[in-house]
This record gives sequence, C-alpha cells and structure tokens, in this order.
Amino acid sequence: MNIPADLKYTKSHEWAKVEGESVRVGLSDYAQHEISDVVYVELPSIGQAVEAGKGAGVVESVKAAFNIYAPVSGSVVEINDAVAEDPSLVNQDPYGKGWLFSIKVTSQAELSSLMDGAQYEVQIKSGAME
Amino acid sequence: MEKLIFEKSKAGKRAAIFDVKGHRADEFLSADLMRQEVAKLPEVSEPEIVRHFVRLSQKNFCVDTNFYPLGSCTMKYNPKINDFVTRDERLATIHPYQPIETAQVIMQMLYDLEQYLCSVTGMKRFTLQPAAGAHGELAGMMMVKAYFENKGDKKRKKVIVPDGSHGTNPASAAEYGFEVVQIPSNERGIVNLQALKEAVNEETACIMLTNPNTLGVFEEDIQEIASIMHKAGALLYYDGANMNALLGLVRPSDMGFDIVHLNLHKTFSVPHGGGGPGAGPVGVSERLVEYLPVPLLKSIGDQIVFDWNVKHSIGRLKSFYGQAAALIRAWVYIRCLGRSGLKQVSEDAIINANYLKKKLEKYYLPATKGYCMHEFVLDLAKEAKDRNIHAIDLGKRLLDFGFHAPTVHFPLIIREAVMIEPTESESKETLDEFVEAMIAIAEEINNNPEIVRTAPHTMTVKRCDDVLAARKPDLNYFAEKQAKPSESITAS
Amino acid sequence: MNHSFLPLTDEDRKEMLGTIGVREFDQLVGNIPKNLRQFDLKIPESLTELDLIQEIESRLKTSHSRKHVSFLGAGAYDHFIPSIVPFLAFRSEFYTSYTPYQAEASQGVLQTIYEYQSLICELTGMDVSNASHYDGATATAEGVMAAINHTGRNKALFARSVHPDYRDVTKTYLRGRDHEVEEVSCDGEGKVDRGDFAAKLTQEVAVVVVQTPNFFGLLENISDIAQVAHANGSLLMVVANPLSLGVCKAPGEWGADLSAGEGQPLGLPQFFGGPYLGYLTVKKPLMRKIPGRLCGITKDTEGVRSFVLTLQAREQHIRREKASSNICTNQALCALMATIYMTSLGKVGIQEVGVANMAKSNQLRKELSSVKGVEIITKGPIFNEFLVRIKSRDSFVKKMEENGYFAGVPVDRWYPEETEGLLICATEKRTDEEIKQFVSSVKAVLK
Repeated sequence: MNIPADLKYTKSHEWAKVEGESVRVGLSDYAQHEISDVVYVELPSIGQAVEAGKGAGVVESVKAAFNIYAPVSGSVVEINDAVAEDPSLVNQDPYGKGWLFSIKVTSQAELSSLMDGAQYEVQIKSGAME
Repeated sequence: MEKLIFEKSKAGKRAAIFDVKGHRADEFLSADLMRQEVAKLPEVSEPEIVRHFVRLSQKNFCVDTNFYPLGSCTMKYNPKINDFVTRDERLATIHPYQPIETAQVIMQMLYDLEQYLCSVTGMKRFTLQPAAGAHGELAGMMMVKAYFENKGDKKRKKVIVPDGSHGTNPASAAEYGFEVVQIPSNERGIVNLQALKEAVNEETACIMLTNPNTLGVFEEDIQEIASIMHKAGALLYYDGANMNALLGLVRPSDMGFDIVHLNLHKTFSVPHGGGGPGAGPVGVSERLVEYLPVPLLKSIGDQIVFDWNVKHSIGRLKSFYGQAAALIRAWVYIRCLGRSGLKQVSEDAIINANYLKKKLEKYYLPATKGYCMHEFVLDLAKEAKDRNIHAIDLGKRLLDFGFHAPTVHFPLIIREAVMIEPTESESKETLDEFVEAMIAIAEEINNNPEIVRTAPHTMTVKRCDDVLAARKPDLNYFAEKQAKPSESITAS
Repeated sequence: MNHSFLPLTDEDRKEMLGTIGVREFDQLVGNIPKNLRQFDLKIPESLTELDLIQEIESRLKTSHSRKHVSFLGAGAYDHFIPSIVPFLAFRSEFYTSYTPYQAEASQGVLQTIYEYQSLICELTGMDVSNASHYDGATATAEGVMAAINHTGRNKALFARSVHPDYRDVTKTYLRGRDHEVEEVSCDGEGKVDRGDFAAKLTQEVAVVVVQTPNFFGLLENISDIAQVAHANGSLLMVVANPLSLGVCKAPGEWGADLSAGEGQPLGLPQFFGGPYLGYLTVKKPLMRKIPGRLCGITKDTEGVRSFVLTLQAREQHIRREKASSNICTNQALCALMATIYMTSLGKVGIQEVGVANMAKSNQLRKELSSVKGVEIITKGPIFNEFLVRIKSRDSFVKKMEENGYFAGVPVDRWYPEETEGLLICATEKRTDEEIKQFVSSVKAVLK
C-alpha cells in the first residue's frame, strides 16, 4: 500500500497536496484498490465552491459509485481533463497522473485537521472505513 | 458470434414493401421539411431477418427453458392463456380514444381487476396506470407529498428506507425531491425499532418497506412499526415486490400500509419480456383516495367509464390509461387460479423456498435462521474470505449447470448475498436438480475454485468485460467511429 | 389443490414439509401475528381454461359485434404490422426472458437492444438512445429532467402544439423538485407563436420542447426556434413521430439536443393505449445524464465481441437516491418489436410508409375540403392527421359511428375552446375505397 509521506489524507481516502495557495486532490492508493477499475470520474466544475467533508464529485466503478469529498473548503481552480478521458489513470497512477482537481483554499486552518501519512496508515490498518 | 443486422445489410434487399402508387415525398413536403440524409436502416430480406432474430433468441436463457431462482423477481411460469386472450384482434385493435361504449369488454376487465387487487391487498382503491413498480413508487411519492401539502404540513421532507431496500425505493423518493434517511436492519434483516424511533420525527413523510423483507423474513413488528409511523403523523408505503409470499395469507392494509404497489410482472405472471413491459398498479387507503392519478374507473348504469374527477389528484402519470395488455394478462391469471389457486400459489412458494433452504444449509450459510417465506439469502462471506469466490462467481457457474443465476450482491447489507426465490411454478424435481448443482459447485469451490472464478464456460460467450464497456462506451453502431473496441472486433 | 400452473402434488407437499421438519404448512408461517390472518379473499373461484375462453367469447360477442373503420389518431395509430414482428417477438426466449443483467446468458436480448439503440438513433438523427421508456409522455418528462440537471436551470417551455398529455405528465413529474413548465401559444394555423416564444425564453429556461408533426398533424420548420433557443443557452427537445422520420426532417437535423416520442407506430398494436414504447435519444454531451438502461459493445475474455448493460452506475440499483432516474423495468419487448419492424421496413420501406401516410391523409383532406360543413384548420404540410371543425360535432361523430366509422378524435378534452374540433387521421391502412366511402358518408350526414 503506497502512502507518500509528503501528502495529507482524509478519513474518506482522498489525498491533499499543498501547492502554495492551492491544494491538489486525488484518491489514495488504498481507495483505488478498494474501488477497483475506475470507469468514470465526475469532476466538479472550475469555479465551483466546495466545502470540507462535503461531496465534490463522484468516481464510478462498474458496480458502484463513490463520492469524492473535498478535504478543504474553497473554490475549484483546476480539473484534470486527462482523467475524464482515461479514468484508468486513477488506478494506474493515483498520486501522479491520476490527480483529480485543485482547490484554492479559503481557510489554511482546515489543513491541520487532515491526517499525515503515518496517521492514515494507522487508520487503514485499524479498519476504520468509509 | 452473430453479426449485427447492419452487417448483413445489402442495397436492394427488401422485406416489408408498401405500394406508394407513384407518389413521392416532394409532392407533400417542401425541401426545408424533408429529411436531408437518408436514414441508413439496414436492407435485409425477410428470410434473413427471421434467421437473424431466431438465432439471437437461441443465445438466451428464458423461463420457458430454464429455472430462474432470482430473489425479488418472482420469475414464475407465464401462462400461455394470458397471451391467447391478449392476441385476440378484437382486443388488440381497440384504439384508446374510441367511444367508451365500444370498449366495454376491456373496461369491464379493468374494473374487475381493480376489485381483485383491492381484495388481495385490502386497499380501498387502485390506479392501474403506473407502467412498472418504480413508476408506482414514484406515484406513491407524489401522493405522499400532495397529501401533506394539502394538510398544510410543509415540514414533511424525509423518507425513511431500510438499508436492505431495493434501489428503486430511495431513487423514487429522491427523484421526487424527498431526502432519504436510511436506517439499519438487524442481522435478520428486520427493521431496528430503536433506530426507527430515533429517526422518526415531524419531518418524516413516510417509510418505504417490503414485507417479507429482502432477506425473506416476515417483519413481525410491522404493526408496531405502523403504529410508530402513524403516531408521528407519517405514512407507510408498501413495496409489493414480495407479494408472492402473501396472497390470501396477509393483506398490506391490515399491516397498516397506506399505499401499496404491486408488480404484475412478478406476482401476477405477466412475462418479463427481456426487461419489460410490466405494470405497477398502486392501491391506497381511504385517506389517500382523492390523491390518486387520473383517470380512475367508475361504474355508471351498465357501463364502466373513466372518472376524471379526483379532487386532489396528482395528475397524469403517463399517456392513455396504463399497460392495458399487461393488465388483461393479470386479469386472466387471477380468473384462472381463482380464490383457492391464489392461496395455493403463496403456500407452494413458501414450501419450495423452505425446502431449498433446508437442503442447502449443509453446504452454504443461510443469512437468516428459522423458516423463511418465499425467498431466502445465502451468505458467501466464508467462500469469499477463504477461497476468493464471490457471490457473482457462484451465479456464473450455475449458468453452466443450466440454471440462471440467483440474485447476487443484493441486498447491499450482505456483501456476498445470494438471494434465492424458487416461486410456486417449479416442480420438486427441478428443485432437486438445482440442489445437486449447488452441491457440485460447493465441492468445486473447495477443490477447484478456479473453474468457478472463471465461469461461465459453456455460454455463447465467456465473461464479458464490463470495465471496457463503461470506459469506452459504444452504444450506437452509427455513431462517429472513434477509438472504440468495436473497431477491431466488428468485422467478423 | 391441483391446478395446471402448480407443479407440486399433494404427495410432494407432504414429502417436502417432512424434509423441512414440519407436519403442516401453517407451522412455516407461525410467526405471523394471528390477527393478520383473519380475512376472506373475495375472488371468484378458479376457471378452467375452456371455461375462461367461453366466458370471454360471450363477452366479446355481445360487445364487439361490429367493426368500425377507424380515422383515429392523436398519439396512437392504426398501422400495418408485418407478420414477422409478432412471430419473432413472441418466441419464448425473448418473451419470457429476464432483464439481461447476466450478460453471458443473455447475448440474444442484449444484441437486440444494441440494434434498437442504433436504429432509433439513426432514425432520429441523434447519438445515444436508452433501451426504452414507458411511453412518449414519460420519455419526454424524464428527458426534460435530464435537461434541467444538465443546464442547472429551472424551467421547461412547451409549445401548445405538443401533445397536451406530454406536457401534463411532465408537470406531474416536475412538481416534486419545484421546477416549472410553461406553455407557449400557437397561432391560428397551429404554428408556434414566435412572439410569445421570444417573450417567454428567459435565462431560466433549460429546455424548449416542440413537436413535429405536432398534435394538429402539422409539419413545421423549426430552425429558427432551434437557433434562438441555443443562443439563449437553452436546450432543444424535439418530440417526433418516429414513423414520419423516413421522409421528414429528423430531430438531429433540426439541431435537437434531445428527442423523445411514442414508438407505438413502429409495429405495436393499439391495444387500448398500452404497452407502448417511449424513445429517448440525446446528443453525445448528454450521454451520462440519460436515464434508463444502456447496452454497449465489449469483448469477452477470449476477445469475442459481446454485449453488456453499461454505465449502470447512473441507475437506481447502484446510485440509489443519486440515480438520474428510478426506472428499472422498461418496455424491452416493445423495443424488440420496434427493432424487428424497423429492420423489416429497412432503408427503403421507411420512406415508402412515410409517403403512403402523407398520400392518404392529403387525399382525405383534399376531398373533405370540398364538403360543405367541414372547415379544414390544419392547412399546411401534414404527415397523417389534420384538424377540422364541424358544427354540432358531437352529433356528427355519433351519426358517423352508426354508419360504421370512428370519424376522428374530438380535441376539446385537451383544448377546451375547440368545441367543434375533430382530429382526423388516415394512415397507410386506409384504402382508397374506404376513404371514398367515408367522404360520402360525411357528406350524407352533414347534408
């Protein structure tokens, strides 16, 4: 299970990477493994306002649909069109080419309530699931 | 692999021909109204068309050839007398806008049908309009909303569904603007009364339930559930998908339900047709009668006519009056079986299900203990854990034994659920054969799981790649050809 | 009890109860509260098949002794049905099969669904079709909902010339989420009133719905409506009679984003209004918003072309309350019949049947136009029906019925101001002789 140390994580298995005023968001390796083959990603639109812990998009496998929750509040400034074209990127490269969207953050404070790699690993191992 | 009909097309081939007596389109249409690009419907001769579809039909399971132990679907025998009646030209050619005096045979049968469905369920009135169960559920949601709006109660925005419910329940509620509140069931699939009491408040419009529930168990607390809901001023909706267990045994009205939908393509033998058409008539208690969709039926003198005067009606649900041919089939079925026959249907359905459960419990883990009603669930959690064999794999392997798969991975509360509903129209002999097959597969799961995991092996195709189909959808032969799987495999 | 539909014998029941471990059936349902079992089922006793047939025969003899020649349309039509349509559709394997969730056991049904989707797209000039809807009205309603979801706007504009039941059903559906349906009026000819249209086309309008041929039978050039709607950021939905599309300009050619309509003319019997066939087709951008089942092409593990239901994550059994629609059971067998019908007619036949319909209705209209007492209201190009006004219309209709004709559909049930309005339809099935006799009869009654 790949859990890069330089990222933050949510209980709902999204990762967040701080990039200046923005935060880039994707699904963790654990998430893509649980979902199995991703067939479609419904991304938020550019300019859309998102709220920490609330749904911002949907990822679909053949058998199920899963909410993508925003790790922090803000507005969406970038979305990954490549994933819309080729959803398998989420499975193949969840931390790289499979990124989903970027949020311009409204409150830096929210970042501190996210987990770091070690805490996230504990979370997974203890079986606390979403 | 059978070629697509478009791949069999050749210019000059004809099937149906019309004598247009020398007329041309441009006699009647100016250029701006005419079709610009010819519609490229295939050109195939009649013998080739017949061969095409007959060959396709042979690549298909059906109730007339195979046992379908599909939980929640009630795949019973479709009596041919139903079709004999509905194929009569004197009925099939009746136009919906004919003067009603000239359509009295159908009108009388529809009027009878409403009475029969009221009898079976105990409800006061029925609308025969909804085209399917889900359509009936939507109508139910509409009536619930109208009922509270008319009382001036604007807070009732929530609908409660148990976590084991059929997907159409929350979908119907949400489609009509309700907020869905899911409550947990216990290990018997029974509604958790405590959770229910905590979830119900003045914002609750109704609860959607089926009884027996989706684990095949009768909700013994149903009258208390009804009491909780009614005391809170809320209503109860009955999903009639499992009615095959209750004919002549229990009536939804006595259990306390205010709205009921029935699936005529389940309980009342209307054929599934590969996915439809069915019919989903909805019955209501006295307090909701004036909200029913229009038109209803009424008797005036010796005529049956349409009644457009329903005081707070939710309006029209579809064009015309409902799935008339399906409704007539149900009428025929009910008349054939009659009072004693319908009771025997549920008894035999329950006997068959318990018989299978008893015979299989040595080999698979039932999800519930004790007797079941017309269906039961097996839990393949152990097989999944120990052997990486999932419910879907068992279903696929059964195809090789000549049985359609049971319902798998539903209800969602049991991850590796296999839901089995034999119905009353299967013989003991067929059930014994099914048990033999299940035992053989149980042995394979232990000794040769690979053959189960990669099943089916004897169908016209092997496991289909549904990931590819979803990532690169090819839904239309005539669509712009981009990089699609069909490009490399369309040509035979 | 013994019955032909019930395979268990009394011996079987006894033996099976023994296996289960009980002596009698009631022990299996002992957990059902006794007070719920105190009722009597008020259903007539069973009938043998012979008795049932005789019962129905005696009803039909008293009530249906007479065959009328029908000039009825208004959304359901008397068309020729090729004999291979019922022959093939009533095969057990199609008729008694289940929804094709188990793809490997259902390749036959799945391929016919793919062929249906392709055919109806080609006929309507659109990109994606679902596997069927209940009927034209509900297909329209759910198409409107998809348009509302897609644009994020709140309102649907319906031309008054769209079948009023379609507008009513849409209103019924939309009331749940507080969306609005507004009507755009028509001029005296039955054409969309452009002025009223412009006035009502606000930023709130998600979709504009027009019908061609419209309820009054009129074929109308709607290119300007398409342009204006699109310029406003609204979608265009064209409701069409699919049988007309072999000769008439297709919805996709008009610039429609969605098309819906009634597929009954494609090989389905009239049967008192159902089961019929709703079609719903969209252009590519709306593919993920379209409700209902979709069948797609794929490969199996050995690379063989096969078919599966796809994009199921939009549907109720997966998305549950977030599904785009609640539809589960659809009109699959009706779609199959339409598929066989469209295949049987083929590229040339679909044009021929269109010409035949136009020829008959134009001929009838021409002959009626010279009958005193008949005022032709639909004067422009028609497909197979047109509106007339006749004084004392109701007694006219009654007298024509006595003469053996269903002369037309009175329209004031939908347009209350049309107390004299009668919609008359002549399909390819009305022979020249029938039309001639009909016109004579009309003349005689109105003399």
